[in-house]
Amino acid sequence: MSLDVQNLDRETFVVNLGPQHPATHGVLRIKLTMDGEYIVDAEPVLGYIHRMHEKMGENRSYAKFLPNMGRMDYVAALFNSHGYVAAVERLAGITVPERAEFIRVITCELNRVASHLLWLGAYLIDLGGFTPMLYAFDDREMILDLLEAVTGARLTFCYFRFGGVANDVDENFVSGTRVFVARMRSRMPMYEAFVSKNIIFRKRCEGIGVISAETCRRYGATGPVIRGSGVAYDVRKAEPYSAYPRFQFNVAVSDLCDNMGRYRVRVDEIVESLRIIEQAIDQLPGGPVMAEKVPRSLKPPKGDCYFNVESARGSFGVRVVSDATENAYRLKLRSPCLSNLHLFRECSRGMLLPDALAMLGSLDLVIPDIDR
Amino acid sequence: MRMEFVLEIARVVLYVVGILAFVGFNASYLVLLERKGSARFQLRHGPTEVGPFGLIQPVADAVKLLCKQILIPKNVDVILFFMAPILVLLPAILCMVTIPFGATIAARNFNLGLLMVFAFAAFNVFGILIGGWASHNKYANLAAARVVAQNIAYEIPTLLIVVAVVMVTGTFNLQEIVAQQAGGFWRWNILRLDLNPLQPVAFLMYFICLLAETNRAPFDMVEAESELVAGAYTEYSGMTFGVFFMAEYTNIVLGCCVATVLFLGGWQCPFGLVPGPHWFLLKMYALCFTVIWVRWSFPRVQFYNLLNLSWKILIPVSLANIILTALMLKVF
Repeated sequence: MSLDVQNLDRETFVVNLGPQHPATHGVLRIKLTMDGEYIVDAEPVLGYIHRMHEKMGENRSYAKFLPNMGRMDYVAALFNSHGYVAAVERLAGITVPERAEFIRVITCELNRVASHLLWLGAYLIDLGGFTPMLYAFDDREMILDLLEAVTGARLTFCYFRFGGVANDVDENFVSGTRVFVARMRSRMPMYEAFVSKNIIFRKRCEGIGVISAETCRRYGATGPVIRGSGVAYDVRKAEPYSAYPRFQFNVAVSDLCDNMGRYRVRVDEIVESLRIIEQAIDQLPGGPVMAEKVPRSLKPPKGDCYFNVESARGSFGVRVVSDATENAYRLKLRSPCLSNLHLFRECSRGMLLPDALAMLGSLDLVIPDIDR
Repeated sequence: MRMEFVLEIARVVLYVVGILAFVGFNASYLVLLERKGSARFQLRHGPTEVGPFGLIQPVADAVKLLCKQILIPKNVDVILFFMAPILVLLPAILCMVTIPFGATIAARNFNLGLLMVFAFAAFNVFGILIGGWASHNKYANLAAARVVAQNIAYEIPTLLIVVAVVMVTGTFNLQEIVAQQAGGFWRWNILRLDLNPLQPVAFLMYFICLLAETNRAPFDMVEAESELVAGAYTEYSGMTFGVFFMAEYTNIVLGCCVATVLFLGGWQCPFGLVPGPHWFLLKMYALCFTVIWVRWSFPRVQFYNLLNLSWKILIPVSLANIILTALMLKVF
């Protein structure tokens, strides 16, 4: 169902979707020009939760800025700190111990599973089904408990340090992670049976919200959005970092290009993340978790570094320019949600409001990550 | 003569109070059932604090709603704005007049009871349309427009299914329809395959139409909270919203009552033992629970799929159902 918006000669009206609206998951505002229930134009209006993280990164020392990174994409906070920490480490020439890299991968992948579970629940709420969220949160709770034990936080983690991680993981974390991986595997058939095969869910996803690979490339969309359009781009494979090259995993891709494609990619990614976690736990080496001789006040030599990580939402990039002082000269954060959001305007033209909101949900936006 | 008059007055008062109490009780305790039921579906506990097992929770809810300020936004049409909730609730209560809860328990034994139920039930949509229009809110307007399209689409198959049942029963009188189904569950209209082999399908279609007519999930276009904020109810607060809420549950109870009478043998016992109002309530609440169960199991359908379901599937099948019933009646 779509409308030819190019040759429209009827009266339209404007609806403000947001900044407070149940479907926008935060303070995103979309100015909709509508013809009845058809969307003629959708203009995202940003800036309602802008906190100037980039500027803050330039007027305080590297270590003082580190906790900010957990406040950007708070659903997958570890990826942000991973990108920042890795960029600064590369700039300062710090080598991270092997055990720390493994712990980073394990905690990041746990965070990815938690993020995708939260998305699953929130997306089903967007579609009007409330119940799956509680089941997804039940599983997510186990991850949060595990991460809380090692990081001390449940949402805005600040666990990685320049040169390693803050605390070593103990035997409880290792055994708890094994239990979680087994449990999550046994839960996947339930999600497939009650969500993926639900006739109404399929009607709302299959063929709805089609985004071509070409559009994704044009807007710089990454992560599950571009993988759901059939492009196997994953930073973990394209530019391997940390301990990822050591593990066997597939990049989840779907050629469907629609909401279902993005849904499938995320569900398959949960399974792939579980594989990575299992391998990393099995091969977890001993040794220190912090590099030696990391100075308390870090002054990286003059230089310019860009580091890319695969966050739960796509490619998250950090560019740090150092002028050999305590503060970064310039900090630029490339957030995946910003690029993923902007294709909404083009793709939603001519769509019906409920379908467009289903597509918006399938992009998995976290608004503080867009505004920074 | 005077004695009869006094008795009639007493009867009317008794039934008015009784029906209002029944409606009020159901509206408050079905909400509790919904909250408790949905909690169980979702690994939660639901209300537990107020009273044992949260049983006094409806009272707390009612007090909260009554205490809340009723906001009247700028530019609303005040008369229509306040008329809408009443227009939604009143017809639903009026319909209760004809429902036979037991062999002798019915406020009025009409010959045209079924017709009256559907005549008044059709009013429901007016109230929501007026409320959505008077709210002067774009979301409410969109929802009101949706509700009209939805109710027109589902009124037709509902009536077509009911017509087929009436062809079998030969009467509009609800008491008589129930009386015909005496003797055991194989005599219920849902299982009268000798009269019309499509009867279970007709019941299923009636149930789908019931969900759509009462604007319940997965057909809750009127509220659609993730799309239209709160739909037609967006601007309603406090008890004005509470009345809409009561009307929703009263309509569910009414729809389930009619389904029980038409298809499930009303107050008849499945095994021919001790027929009475307890059987009626048991069947009716089982249906109500199913309505709640469906809501918490399915996502919302798209609006055009909702209309497609009615115009492309339900209406043709219910027309075929009528033709088949007519043939069966003529041939056998």
